[in-house]
Amino acid sequence: MGRIFKYGDDVNTDVLFPGKHTYTVTDPQEMAQHALEDLDPEFATKVKPGDIIVAGKNFGCGSSREQAVLALKYSGVAAVIAESFARIYYRNCINSALPALALPEAARALNSGDEAEVDLAAGVVRTSRGEYTFAPFPPEVQAILDAGGLIEYLRDRFAK
Amino acid sequence: MGKTFSEKVFSGKAGRDVRAGEIVTLEPDYILTHDNTAAILRKLPEIGATRLKYPERAVVVLDHVTPAADSTHAANHKSIREFVADQGIHNFYDVGRGVCHQIMVEEHYAYPGRLILGSDSHTTTAGAVGAFAAGIGRTEAAGIWVTGELWLRCPDTMRIVFRGKLRRFASSKDLALTIIGRIGADGALYRAVEFSCETGDQFSISDRMALCNLAAEMGAKNGYFAPDETVAEFLGETRNEFRHLRSDPDAQYVEELAFNLAEVEPVVAAPHAVDNIHPVGDLAGKRIDQALVGTCTNGRIEDLRSAANVLTGRTVASHVRLLVFPASAKVYRQALEEGIVRTLLDAGAVWMNPGCGPCLGAHEGALAPGEVCISTANRNFKGRMGHPDSEIYLASPATVAASAIKGEIASPEEYF
Ligand code: SF4
Repeated sequence: MGRIFKYGDDVNTDVLFPGKHTYTVTDPQEMAQHALEDLDPEFATKVKPGDIIVAGKNFGCGSSREQAVLALKYSGVAAVIAESFARIYYRNCINSALPALALPEAARALNSGDEAEVDLAAGVVRTSRGEYTFAPFPPEVQAILDAGGLIEYLRDRFAK
Repeated sequence: MGKTFSEKVFSGKAGRDVRAGEIVTLEPDYILTHDNTAAILRKLPEIGATRLKYPERAVVVLDHVTPAADSTHAANHKSIREFVADQGIHNFYDVGRGVCHQIMVEEHYAYPGRLILGSDSHTTTAGAVGAFAAGIGRTEAAGIWVTGELWLRCPDTMRIVFRGKLRRFASSKDLALTIIGRIGADGALYRAVEFSCETGDQFSISDRMALCNLAAEMGAKNGYFAPDETVAEFLGETRNEFRHLRSDPDAQYVEELAFNLAEVEPVVAAPHAVDNIHPVGDLAGKRIDQALVGTCTNGRIEDLRSAANVLTGRTVASHVRLLVFPASAKVYRQALEEGIVRTLLDAGAVWMNPGCGPCLGAHEGALAPGEVCISTANRNFKGRMGHPDSEIYLASPATVAASAIKGEIASPEEYF
């Protein structure tokens, strides 16, 4: 199980990955070091593979920058569970194959220090506070997740 | 049951009846990218593709960090120039032509009923002339380049109706911020926002652009005004041929809100959230270091006029830097012809090149720790304009100008 890092509402793309780095920091490892730096400067050093971010409403609001998703992914974050997501961020999560689950009940119940794991195939989040189920993704979306992200999905398409 | 504007655009593109909530794969008319084109073009080899499917549908604008702030940005710009030449992309706007969202409307890429996608969240601005315009991610932009299409969910629609008339010292920016203050930064999440004015004010294209721009800060997928006579006239059409795009009278809205324009007052979005809205008076006296007029939200000629109106015969406080970024070269030229360049220079303003300026914190006026900026932009997130310990207040051009004179946040009312 992964550990939970809990944040509030409106976690925006500038705190997820600052705009000033968007054109200059491109190395995955280095990107991971800047994840959430303006909100939780210790996040990058504390996070371990499999950990899960839990937050309130409108997670990922702001810019369309994909680094705001990739910085988390490269940090090893296994999933983001929030009450709701900003729409471009949500799309970017799908395209980077980082599971983004809008589960208001789970998002409110879970706290830092709790543990959880996401079983995508079964559509369930198992946590130290109980289980939360979610509906399957639409086929268009599932195909991208199955391929491992949009790049991989397109690569398959072009290889054919 | 009737259709909303969004359902009509989606149905037209899909060639079948599409309703809100349905996911469909569509071909956009244009795909907008900016400085991030450098990162997007690097995805082509990863995908295993080499050529754009429809180079004529790509619009590329260099605006974010222009002219290049350092050699990394310069190398990015260079790779973009080589790429557009190689791919035969003719819709290319190099350094100094303007902010991408301004170009989309000014150069008429945005057109009623068109589907416009852009790898920038404020692509929504193009809804001002009745386009369906939404932001997407970079990889998706690469995907559209090479396949010509993308999956989209047809959004539910929220209707925002205006009645009455704005007072002289209140603007469409104050209105947009007031809406965000009421519904919150996620108040229109995943939705289309239909703006319409039933009585009184006829919003200019510039006003509409500001509102559609800020629809992104309501969480909306797209914002739009139904294309009317004002739009037809702007596009040089002799008649309004776009009536069929209006939402049907019996179309289904998920929510309807009404605003009385006469009650809108100058407001400010305080750090660090766009929905942290307060009447200007409540923040009056807050000392500022920098004032900014410009960006895709408020860098048009109407905005510069509004600032000049307040600043004529007055001077910027000695401890304040007032930076002015026209939204495009066209706007800049017009400001020159109208004498606005001189008025603002006389007041002590610094004229900058058309582009995004310090809006994203990379150059041309980034903030030091502890500094305070009042800006006409659309985002005041922590650290956005430079140091995380700086503060950004968002306001109208008139409020920014009044604050620049006083050296502290001030209402424009007394200057009208
Ligand atoms: S002016 Fe600011 S908000 Fe507008 S496109 Fe440029 S960086 Fe984005």
